[in-house]
Amino acid sequence: MSAIALRRRRSASGSSALGLGVATLWLSVIVLLPLAAVVVRSLDDGTGTFWDAVTSRQALAALRFTLLVSLVCAAINAVTGTLIAWVLVRDRFPGKRVLNALIDLPFALPTIVAGITLMALYGSNSPVGIDIAFTQAAVLLALLFVTLPFVIRAVQPVLIELDREMEQAAISLGASNLTVFRRIILPNIVPAILSGAALAFARAVGEFGSVVLISGNIPLQTQVSSVYVFKLIESDAEISASAVSVVLLLVSLLVLIGIRLLGRFDPTHRRHDG
Amino acid sequence: MTVDRRWRIGLRVLGLGYLAALLLIPVSVIFYRTFEHGVTSVLDSITTPQAVSAFWLTIEVSVIAVVLNTVFGVVCALALARGRFRGKWLLDALIDLPFAVSPIVIGLSLVLVYGTNGWFGSALTNAGIQVIFSFPGIVLATIFVSLPFVVREVTPVLREIGDDQEQAAATLGASGWQTFWRITLPAIRWGIAYGVVLSTARAIGEFGAVSVVSGHISGETITLTLLVEQRFQNYDLSGAYAASALLAVIALATLLAMTTFNRRKEESEA
Amino acid sequence: MIAARSITKRFGEYVALDDVSLEVPDGSLTALLGPSGSGKSTLLRIIAGLELPDSGMIEISGTDATNVPPQRREIGFVFQHYAAFKHMTVRDNVAFGMTIRKQPKDRVRDRVEELLGIVGLAGYADRYPNQLSGGQRQRMALARALAVEPRVLLLDEPFGALDAKVRTDLREWLRRLHDEVHVTTILVTHDQEEAMAIADHIAVMDHGRIEQVGSPLELYDQPANRFVMGFLGPVSQLGDKLVRPHDIAVLSEPDAGTFEAQVTRITYLGFEVRIDLALDGQDPVTAQLTRDEASQLELTAGDIVWLRPTAGTPVDSIPGDAPVTTVPAAAADDAAE
Repeated sequence: MSAIALRRRRSASGSSALGLGVATLWLSVIVLLPLAAVVVRSLDDGTGTFWDAVTSRQALAALRFTLLVSLVCAAINAVTGTLIAWVLVRDRFPGKRVLNALIDLPFALPTIVAGITLMALYGSNSPVGIDIAFTQAAVLLALLFVTLPFVIRAVQPVLIELDREMEQAAISLGASNLTVFRRIILPNIVPAILSGAALAFARAVGEFGSVVLISGNIPLQTQVSSVYVFKLIESDAEISASAVSVVLLLVSLLVLIGIRLLGRFDPTHRRHDG
Repeated sequence: MTVDRRWRIGLRVLGLGYLAALLLIPVSVIFYRTFEHGVTSVLDSITTPQAVSAFWLTIEVSVIAVVLNTVFGVVCALALARGRFRGKWLLDALIDLPFAVSPIVIGLSLVLVYGTNGWFGSALTNAGIQVIFSFPGIVLATIFVSLPFVVREVTPVLREIGDDQEQAAATLGASGWQTFWRITLPAIRWGIAYGVVLSTARAIGEFGAVSVVSGHISGETITLTLLVEQRFQNYDLSGAYAASALLAVIALATLLAMTTFNRRKEESEA
Repeated sequence: MIAARSITKRFGEYVALDDVSLEVPDGSLTALLGPSGSGKSTLLRIIAGLELPDSGMIEISGTDATNVPPQRREIGFVFQHYAAFKHMTVRDNVAFGMTIRKQPKDRVRDRVEELLGIVGLAGYADRYPNQLSGGQRQRMALARALAVEPRVLLLDEPFGALDAKVRTDLREWLRRLHDEVHVTTILVTHDQEEAMAIADHIAVMDHGRIEQVGSPLELYDQPANRFVMGFLGPVSQLGDKLVRPHDIAVLSEPDAGTFEAQVTRITYLGFEVRIDLALDGQDPVTAQLTRDEASQLELTAGDIVWLRPTAGTPVDSIPGDAPVTTVPAAAADDAAE
């Protein structure tokens, strides 16, 4: 509470506050303890079993495909997200505000519904004659759908804040449109693009609901790691499931750390020390 | 950028085309597919006993998770924005974990702690409490996945408004509790509202983590999203579409609330 | 009387206040004057109870208030950025302290009306803070602080965020208000002109210490050290004397005890004219003349003139090694601390 914050400000020792205790306890019981259990469980039969579980042919294939398709997804997002953000900020057309609100739909729509939705248009009963169900392309499509808002929402505010006079100055100095984008706009929005793409990557690596139906879950082909872990849980292979989960957890942690470091070195990042 | 007209329209067509193919057309198709055989069959399909039970389960779970996460979120945001303590950066970083961890890993992690063979398994069994494959497990999974939203929305608002107003209230004689209710809470209310909407959307829509801990007991532990999958797997396509459309309508309502609250939030910060 | 006794406050390694003692007489208007980082705001916040000192004691009206929380110190505090309650009307803002104390509704209403009249916001009761100008918001904040009839009014750079014109107006208004209500007031400012214009007493602070306490005239005429002298206005060294710009006579002919100098720049500031001068083997000097004096001399840049100090203090008589030619704080735009 604010009283606690105030008292802490007043007290020299900074005695532990009730709020902080509650927050830490809640986070521990709900999040940290369970995640620790995964790590512990994965090592129940020793490191050898752990290693076998994560290097089995199916686990490796799933992991390789997951990382690859997530990377491609993040890269495509970096380009299309920037493009859409630019269109939403700098272009004018009727219905822009509605469209702007709809960008968040993939965040609001349950992932399983996203999967069904894509199946309805790009599955076996496709009204447009495009049937990509149970292919790697379908997995990519599902991931692109659920990660759509990340880069757009990261880049949009930076573009809005960007000083238009900077661009006008460049043009007055004889720069072409392309040069202005490459030399003036891009350097300012790159940190936002990268952090948006990193979030999209993290989300794609862990994604389950939207891919579980459309991937067809074909081992060694379209099976992603999260679906593989799900299958392991269903067949009571808890230790193997935990081992692969630990690898996924590590990827998540690395991305989170990466985003934090990115935020620290962001040249456009302004500090508020008011 | 003062791009010439040809370029601007080209970029617009590319951007909107991508959005149409990926987002707008698929979502329209789901509504078309749902209603192509008339409204009656849709209504029948979302009022079956299973569907009604799934709907109320989803609502109950979401309400519990969102209320708890809102209280936690405000307390935690106050600690992050106002507190000075060692390891603050760590707490700040750990809050984001539920965003980055796969829902399946979340489900598994809860099974390993609260399942029959889990860390607390025997203690819970002795106490006669079943968590996994039961209601509490679904609630726990939902709390886990929707945990960061309120914290993440409220912390920046608190930082933005600063603690001047709270200090002013203190110098005027307000106790900590009075300051919180009269000054802090009104100042962050739209931030909280926005966080609540995001949490609710995530809670209603969660599938993966809930899928692991639910046990799929029809009429008992099937949420709306699980119902969609179950019907799809059972080749009840129109039933799956109908439930999907219901969830999509909730999602659209969420977007509307988000837009409204976000505008209010920005106004109150101005 | 408000007294701070041997207050020390550290933020980590940084020493914000170093064994500071100060006594503020009842009914006075005392200014804490100093540059950014001098510790003046920290001292004010410790008096308010918003910070706790590491050591030392705060006395309010003869009782030890060091560990009394701000809620019960009976103070009024005015913040640089107003700290207006944005979600409340002007009326509710001013009434806040009385509402917290559960005072009767009609009494609160009358008192709010009265205060809004005093601060010149009579017609603004139902507006929200974001519908007011900066100066109006600060007057509302003052009314809010006065509403609870505090024993002491604490003002932390109250005009720091306002335009120059509004600043001057509010400064004079505050002086008049103080003469009317007589509440003991402590004002933090980095602007020596502001402090000189409204305070009865000034405590000049630097690097967490109080350098000198006195009336504006005492400080100006008998500065305790070079820092105080330099901070209260521009100072130049001419021979072995420290002089103010208006204490330099500019002559067109050499005379006994004069210094030869070359005019480098002439700046017309309305009634006053500022002359920048270069001397052989000495630091540059600034002289200030009236318009008439300057026109009689018919000066242009490059001219050779002779300078004579008409007043001034021998260099040796003033302790301290702070550079005396520092630009006065009024020129420093950094009000934040």
